[in-house]
Amino acid sequence: MSTEILMPALSPTMEEGKLSKWLVKEGDVVKSGTILAEIETDKATMEFEAVDEGRIGQILVPEGTEGVKVNAPIATLLADGESASAAPAAKKAEAPKPNGAAPKAEAKEEKSEAPKVEIAADPEVPPGTEFINQTVRDALRDAMAEEMRRDELVFLMGEEVAQYQGAYKISQGLLDEFGERRVIDTPITEHGFTGLGIGAAFDGLKPIVEFMTWNFAMQAMDQIINSATKTRYMSGGQMSCPIVFRGPNGAAARVAAQHSQDYSSWYAHVPGMKVIAPYFAADAKGLLKAAIRDPNPVIFLENEIVYGKTFPVPKLDDFVLPIGKARIVRPGKDVTLVSYSISVGMCLEAAEKLAGEGIDAEVIDLRTLRPLDTDTVIESVKKTNRIVTVEQAWPVCSIGSEIAARVALDAFDYLDAPPTRVNGKDVPMPYAANLEKLALPSVDDVIEAVKSVCYRS
Amino acid sequence: MQEKTAMTDAPKNSESLKKLYADMLLIRRFEERAGQLYGMGLIGGFCHLYIGQEAVVVGMQANTTPEDQQITAYRDHGHMLAAGVDPKSVMAELTGRSTGLSHGKGGSMHMFSAEKKFYGGHGIVGAQVPIGTGLAFANKYRGNQGVCLTYFGDGAANQGQVYESFNMAELWKLPVVYVIENNQYAMGTSVARSSAETDFSKRGVSFNIPGMQVDGMDVEAVQAAGAEAMAHCRAGKGPIILEMKTYRYRGHSMSDPAKYRTREEVTEVREKRDPIDHFGKKLVEGGVVTEEDLKAVDRDIKARVVAAAEFATESPEPGLKELYTDIYA
Repeated sequence: MSTEILMPALSPTMEEGKLSKWLVKEGDVVKSGTILAEIETDKATMEFEAVDEGRIGQILVPEGTEGVKVNAPIATLLADGESASAAPAAKKAEAPKPNGAAPKAEAKEEKSEAPKVEIAADPEVPPGTEFINQTVRDALRDAMAEEMRRDELVFLMGEEVAQYQGAYKISQGLLDEFGERRVIDTPITEHGFTGLGIGAAFDGLKPIVEFMTWNFAMQAMDQIINSATKTRYMSGGQMSCPIVFRGPNGAAARVAAQHSQDYSSWYAHVPGMKVIAPYFAADAKGLLKAAIRDPNPVIFLENEIVYGKTFPVPKLDDFVLPIGKARIVRPGKDVTLVSYSISVGMCLEAAEKLAGEGIDAEVIDLRTLRPLDTDTVIESVKKTNRIVTVEQAWPVCSIGSEIAARVALDAFDYLDAPPTRVNGKDVPMPYAANLEKLALPSVDDVIEAVKSVCYRS
Repeated sequence: MQEKTAMTDAPKNSESLKKLYADMLLIRRFEERAGQLYGMGLIGGFCHLYIGQEAVVVGMQANTTPEDQQITAYRDHGHMLAAGVDPKSVMAELTGRSTGLSHGKGGSMHMFSAEKKFYGGHGIVGAQVPIGTGLAFANKYRGNQGVCLTYFGDGAANQGQVYESFNMAELWKLPVVYVIENNQYAMGTSVARSSAETDFSKRGVSFNIPGMQVDGMDVEAVQAAGAEAMAHCRAGKGPIILEMKTYRYRGHSMSDPAKYRTREEVTEVREKRDPIDHFGKKLVEGGVVTEEDLKAVDRDIKARVVAAAEFATESPEPGLKELYTDIYA
């Protein structure tokens, strides 16, 4: 009886991939460890090995096929003596057609989970600007590359940023262009290289320090808070620390408690720091460029799940956005949804569904968490009289808590319902798929909270 | 590694020798005065005096050029003076006045001078070590000849980030001299009670960083070892460790009664190994200066320190708007 060889998941966040190349052909005998194919995930090209012995019966997905879903059958494996014709006919139809000629961005866009909703134009982008579709990943890379071309003092350091091309492929191609003097692989030593970057910044260099994920930056917390952020004050303005710390923040997928934490409010708590947490690719690009030029320490919180999403990015030679400005991404009149990072997508999705029920939600993407653009939030609340904050972080002392306090203070008389928060549950992130899902806020949670402040059921 | 002793064969003129003496004495007198102002309630918080360790920083700074940087921990007044910072602005920072280096917002433990490339003044034990390594990284990145003198104590030498820094400094051949000021006590815990390897010059062995033990009570020995270390760095050979065997006479901070050691232990060091007395006597005996010369130096320094103390106590406190300045550039 033949068995099916399935498209493997080769990273925690991989849902589909490209079958780049078959390294075996029909009829080949394989054994455990034989390399069957090369598969391109959202992060890297990986070799895929056989586990069982046998002979390749039928290749179901030809090489060059993009968007092959995890667990889709890609070939059949015949046991000893079995013939391909004897095997049950495998369906070839399941796999999508090879799409080698299509531009990569388009293929990725298909897999993008970004809701197909109308996004309000960013007033910061000049009217008539042309847009290109780009992943958040590529937008971040372009931002760094453009700033490194512009300013010789800018350099990138972190674990696997150079030869490996970035653990999440954000720094892909930078080593080739800028060389090892400016794209520097560090040992796994967060406390040390963070302090080292800070020292370089005190001397006037402009380091971009990549944390493979923000979870590991806790090792470096003292340097970030005590050295980078307070020195300007303690020196009476003599010292500056023009440094950017960046990397993926918040939950990825199934990596459990120590690798799934949202640090937004931790950093936003600290005076002297600027904190940015974009969702859209254009904001990722324009704000990372701004962060690199900023003379202060900037915390730049990305999101692994968002890296592969494709969005329009202005086609401008030098697109820099102001730090500290929220953006109304969907105007509405009944309720204000305030969010940042990945949760913005959730709010937009919820808003679409709510529109179908006659509730017109305004969605605000904070983009920057410090300085917090409360003016935009307050103005919105004065119009809608209701506010729900949405974020993946824990509820206690969260960004939502801060906004609720500000709204209560500055827009109390305008409120028709208590400010309401939607957060991740107040628990360490569990591993089990069902519990993880439960721990994270959902579109349904947002809809429920909106209905509650609108007194609808 | 061999212990370095005074290398007096290097040709030095009497002026430079006299300057070593004067620089050490300035620190001693300054710190004594700071202790007095603390007792009067004019200096608050934590105040860590450098008395006894003067030869270390003075000997090391004697080798620096304007391209070199320096960084240390919270026992930093002496380092600032040795770097050439005006005693008035240091003392005014201690008293928390507007004329202090940080307009009174840093205090004793957090002082900086961009002009003198003095990067602090750090309150967290060991945190200055990666930062100093980063300053050295900047020198290499810019391709200049600067070396960063990174000072830390025997206590900080047990911090993990120190070894993370050692690793990168040697890996990338960064021009940094790690000056371990072994004053034998990490607050109240002696080296023997806290360190599995008490020879700190060996702390770089597993990173291939060379180290030397130096008599940190002998300013000429320090200067000679420092010259060698700076040459090592400037030649592109990477980091080097100097363990300075020294001693602090006062407690860890002003509020430390220092019950962890005997009065006799302190007295013996003061009498037999005091860096200033020892060096002054040597200068006189060697005919470099006369007793009268040294007295003149003493008078001059006393006047400078008195002037600094007056300045620091008469200057106004920072304006209230200072609360909200210098947070962002």
